[in-house]
Amino acid sequence: MFPDSPSQTPTRIDASVPARAGAGLKAEHIAEILETSADIGFFEVHAENYMGDGGMPHRQLEAIREKYPLSLHGVGLSIGGEGPLDRDHLQRLAVLNKRYEPGLFSEHLAWSSHETTYLNDLLPVPYDQETLDRVCDHIDEVQESVGRRMLLENPSTYVAFAQSTMSELDFLKEITRRTGCGLLLDVNNVHVSCTNHERSALDYLDAFPIGAVGEIHLGGHAPDQDDAGRPLLIDAHDRGVDQAVWALYEHLIASTGAIPTLIEWDNDVPAWPVLMSEAQAADRILADNSRPSIRRVG
Amino acid sequence: MKHKAMTAAIVAGAVATAVAGLSTTTTPAQAQAKEKCYGVSLKGKNDCKAGAGTTCAGTSTVDYQGNAWTLVPKGTCVSMELPGDRKGSLTELNRDLPEA
Amino acid sequence: MPTTVDPAFGALADMCAMATSDKVDETTFCEALFDPESSTPVGLVGPDGETAPKRFSVYRNNVVVSLCDALGDTFPAVKNLLGDEYFGALARAFVTRHPPKSPVLLHYGADFAGFVESFPPLEAYPYLADVARLEWAWLQAYHATDQVPLDPSRLSSVDAQSVGAVRFRRHPAAQVVTSRWPVWDLVRANRFDPSADIQIDLQLAQSVLLTRPELSVDMLLLRPGADIFVCALFDGAMLAESAEAAQKAFENFSLSDCLSDCLSTGAFADLDVA
Repeated sequence: MFPDSPSQTPTRIDASVPARAGAGLKAEHIAEILETSADIGFFEVHAENYMGDGGMPHRQLEAIREKYPLSLHGVGLSIGGEGPLDRDHLQRLAVLNKRYEPGLFSEHLAWSSHETTYLNDLLPVPYDQETLDRVCDHIDEVQESVGRRMLLENPSTYVAFAQSTMSELDFLKEITRRTGCGLLLDVNNVHVSCTNHERSALDYLDAFPIGAVGEIHLGGHAPDQDDAGRPLLIDAHDRGVDQAVWALYEHLIASTGAIPTLIEWDNDVPAWPVLMSEAQAADRILADNSRPSIRRVG
Repeated sequence: MKHKAMTAAIVAGAVATAVAGLSTTTTPAQAQAKEKCYGVSLKGKNDCKAGAGTTCAGTSTVDYQGNAWTLVPKGTCVSMELPGDRKGSLTELNRDLPEA
Repeated sequence: MPTTVDPAFGALADMCAMATSDKVDETTFCEALFDPESSTPVGLVGPDGETAPKRFSVYRNNVVVSLCDALGDTFPAVKNLLGDEYFGALARAFVTRHPPKSPVLLHYGADFAGFVESFPPLEAYPYLADVARLEWAWLQAYHATDQVPLDPSRLSSVDAQSVGAVRFRRHPAAQVVTSRWPVWDLVRANRFDPSADIQIDLQLAQSVLLTRPELSVDMLLLRPGADIFVCALFDGAMLAESAEAAQKAFENFSLSDCLSDCLSTGAFADLDVA
């Protein structure tokens, strides 16, 4: 299944990610994906899982990369953090970009490190001028260090900051204007955050700067309630895409045309055919709207 | 000391034996004692997932969720006894518990 | 009002110094994340503009539980030995005292064996730390740099007079875990071969050679004296002096058998002839 020699020069499929559905790559699916030559548009991996020196993870990722375009998705850079970006981590991201030539590269509007401590969650940022300036500086630094344009993902949030002075949409629009970065539009996050903050997800989507979107995420969430009994949705990635999120996605794609769309399923990961069928559902919606999207970035 | 000096001849002889043995068999002398872990493929540890429906699981006070200072292990270790008169039980170690 | 505070919560809460203001900065947020006794920072609100403890607790949960899960994935044998409930509590104590310093979680847990060793409530289980050491070594081997192991025929081509002075270079994945406890049996029974009928004899001392000649990590139970021999070679000692050191410690040390084990498992990357 894997090439015998790790140093062998691979022959790879073209890097560009098509406007089709893809899936988050899980170790337990890789053998089946390769054996069945799964017909899927692309795979996305979390960059941090491939920051070991060698061994199985890299061999598996190279085997996937030979046959599929890749999206590299960072989860630990802490772009929204108060402190400076971790130079070593930037370097690791640059190395992975060079090594695997992913068609898309993305990170989050969130913070996850405080001083020298890594908190392993995508924590929320206040939407104010001070944070905006800092995030823009950080994105400039990322794009310079990695040598390419990045996509920034809208977050799932459970609390709002009383100190925020602008909306999430205005915050994201201003970031793209100032840094030239693209956006990764997570429709599940839109549904989760808008539900949690009692706003209209449809209005949010209709006002989203679609021209900057290079990729879409879809995933499952878990319902809960807050202290006052209001619905509180948790971005759990532990089940299939919710009907409400599919409806938002169809609405979005009908107006934008096809955009590369990833199915995320990170917890209680199902058998490969189940994940594949979610991707096929997204593919059907994309095929029904197969005109080119407004503008491609990435 | 009873040990033999490692003369060049002894070392060379041992090397010859070791290498010759490898060419006749691909498994080491203690083949049965060798743990093969083929096919082990670890899942990634960096996920951007939130805990499902567990707004309380990591949040409660230490007493609520179990405190490693007062809990007693219930895994496979409790069925083993230590050499000598030490037992694999924590009940004798209450003196180590912090003042509550 | 006095409260019962797990001593484990001290370190991280201290790292995030107190701050008081409706403006919530990272320090305030971080402090509240790790201190379950503290209230939700004023200024983190729900849609009604009110402070929302249960909403904030989602973040508390995610941080602590996700790091505990990462540890459980790295130390499944320790987890099995202690049971899920105890391991969860132990992991929580570790996570709050030794949170990760890097976003690369595959490197998280280097301090866990030492923490287990010095954790007073686990004094009655002195073998646990070595089980954790073996599992940590396994993970390092799994992620080590790829390298083709030394071809044994390279050694045959060294002339008899010089072979005793040969020094080997350790393969990037190769490591020795030396223990006073039956760590090899404990890790097999609790992780790699749970269905096998393995009788644990706590009087046994076992040392293990880990290698990864290709993609799979191999564990070899070392013969008596072999741990001294292999460790000496890994430290750069010559073949003859490493064998002598092992023989001093164990009279029936067999150089040919131990060398054969090293060569067949891919413990070396290269050799140098003096």
